[in-house]
Amino acid sequence: MTNNKRELCLSGTGVTKIFGFGNRKTVAVDHVDFNFYSGELISIVGESGSGKTTLIKMLLGLTSVTEGEIFFMGKKRDISSHEKKKEYWRGIQAIFQDPFSSYNIFSKIDSVLLDCIHMRGGRRLPKAKKIEMMREACSFVNLKFDEMTNKYPFELSGGQMQRLMIARVFLLKPKILLADEPTSMIDACSRATILDMLLKLRDEIGMTIIFITHDMGLAYYVSDTVYIMEKGKFVEFGTADEIILAPKAEYTKQLLDDIPKIHDPWEFSRNKKSTA
Amino acid sequence: MSKIILEVNDLSTKYITRNREDVYAVSDVSFKVEEGKSLGIAGESGCGKSTLALSLMGYYFAPLHYIKGDIIIDGKNIAKMKPDDVRKNILGTEIAYIPQAAMNALNPTRKIIKFIEDVIRAHDPKAKKKDIYDLARERFEVLNLAEDTLHKYAVELSGGMKQRTVIAVSTILSPKVLIADEPSSALDVTSQKAVIKMLHDLQDLGIIKSMIFITHELPLLYNVTDKIMVMYAAQLVETGTADQMIFDPLHPYSKGLMGSILVPEDGTRDVKLVAIPGTPPNLKAPPDGCRFAPRCKYATIECQVMSIPIKELENNRRCRCRFTEAELRRFYDEQ
Repeated sequence: MTNNKRELCLSGTGVTKIFGFGNRKTVAVDHVDFNFYSGELISIVGESGSGKTTLIKMLLGLTSVTEGEIFFMGKKRDISSHEKKKEYWRGIQAIFQDPFSSYNIFSKIDSVLLDCIHMRGGRRLPKAKKIEMMREACSFVNLKFDEMTNKYPFELSGGQMQRLMIARVFLLKPKILLADEPTSMIDACSRATILDMLLKLRDEIGMTIIFITHDMGLAYYVSDTVYIMEKGKFVEFGTADEIILAPKAEYTKQLLDDIPKIHDPWEFSRNKKSTA
Repeated sequence: MSKIILEVNDLSTKYITRNREDVYAVSDVSFKVEEGKSLGIAGESGCGKSTLALSLMGYYFAPLHYIKGDIIIDGKNIAKMKPDDVRKNILGTEIAYIPQAAMNALNPTRKIIKFIEDVIRAHDPKAKKKDIYDLARERFEVLNLAEDTLHKYAVELSGGMKQRTVIAVSTILSPKVLIADEPSSALDVTSQKAVIKMLHDLQDLGIIKSMIFITHELPLLYNVTDKIMVMYAAQLVETGTADQMIFDPLHPYSKGLMGSILVPEDGTRDVKLVAIPGTPPNLKAPPDGCRFAPRCKYATIECQVMSIPIKELENNRRCRCRFTEAELRRFYDEQ
């Protein structure tokens, strides 16, 4: 989705995170600049240890920023107090890699969803309206609300849990959704559903989605813009086609070369096939 | 047709849970692996891939139990051997197994050479230290691992290095069959490629004769194996060569699975991903009919009740579906 007028949604200048100090300091994220535009699906791709998750935690306000500024909707982000943090989280939400540890095991599914309605200020709505909203959220992610009401999250499968997570996001309607490897713990078959739902959130609600992954194929399939991260820095960014089909940075080329492909197999496996 | 190294006939195994319920994790699996070839096993999590790998070693310990079937390695049936005999005479020399987190198997307080001594001494208690060292050095050299790795501790090695070291250690006795159960899924793409290259080298150098490779990552499977076998709900649903299975799957389940492949290549963005609805059946009481029928859009009433055997097709393929090849192809064309 390339609009002519792209509205800046989340941006950062010189964002840095350093763990430890002195000789033991580790620079996890090293002076990164980024501009994420509204209504786009942005992928951040990198290997393990490249600082993807640290960056996400900083964007969410879960860890402090050592240096640099983050701007949210054109204004400098202020999360100095608990109230301000709460306000900020109305605009930015996240889904994580492990759906199994994302829920409170003591609350039932309907109360998980009800909490979201209350967070959006719907505490005083009539009960029938609340149920209608929950039903709508469940149908958005192809879950049957009537089968869900009396269950606990751990009674669902991994894919269903992740879908319920998306139903929460649907009710909360944040401006930005951070998705930290949401498909890496679920099967290839359910993966398609999750990806479709993220695309649906982008297209139907106009949500900005920041998608973290280590899988180039996935990133290529879903994203508008791709950022490649190496050792805490962005080495390259651009549209998905630019980055995947015509990479410029050495690191991106290396990464693409090492990924198993089906139309262009690795040199040693191709040799093997031709002699077989 | 070259020599058959591993032949499995009607192998069935089960888990017995704490509540004394049986979970049939592998049912009636039969296949053959030829010398010098590699076989890939694909399927979603919980379909019995890893249980099949464990069962193939012939080494059963609770909660895994053997029900029936033969496992013939190079003419020897290991399915009915005693666990102790299997451990002493089969594991390491005939068959070796690498689990996903193999790198965590290294004791941090011991040097790598000690593990090699352990493996060799378990089979030959009188082996001399110098002979073991020479063998290890030679083997590490052909596999492009530095000799000084032998004197290092596990903590001094990176993840990919550890995984390669474990593979080198577990194949030190030149087993005939190597079972690799997701050996690279905990690694980065760069280390993954190094691990796969090493598995290829092992096979090219004749250190191992055949390999069984398990993963849920289909592009990787295509790059590694000659033949691919797809499992669903403890059963084998389709087998064929890697090319046939990736580009021309027949069974509706394989079709769905192969439709979920995403690679960073031109054309990926035009693909319409189609998810398979529903969940796999409960293996405590597997259904009588086709196990995939409740999720299959071509299924009829007969599919739900008729027990469906695996059928031999032309060009060495096998498929567990009531419909013929022509009928299936017509379904796919109509879409």
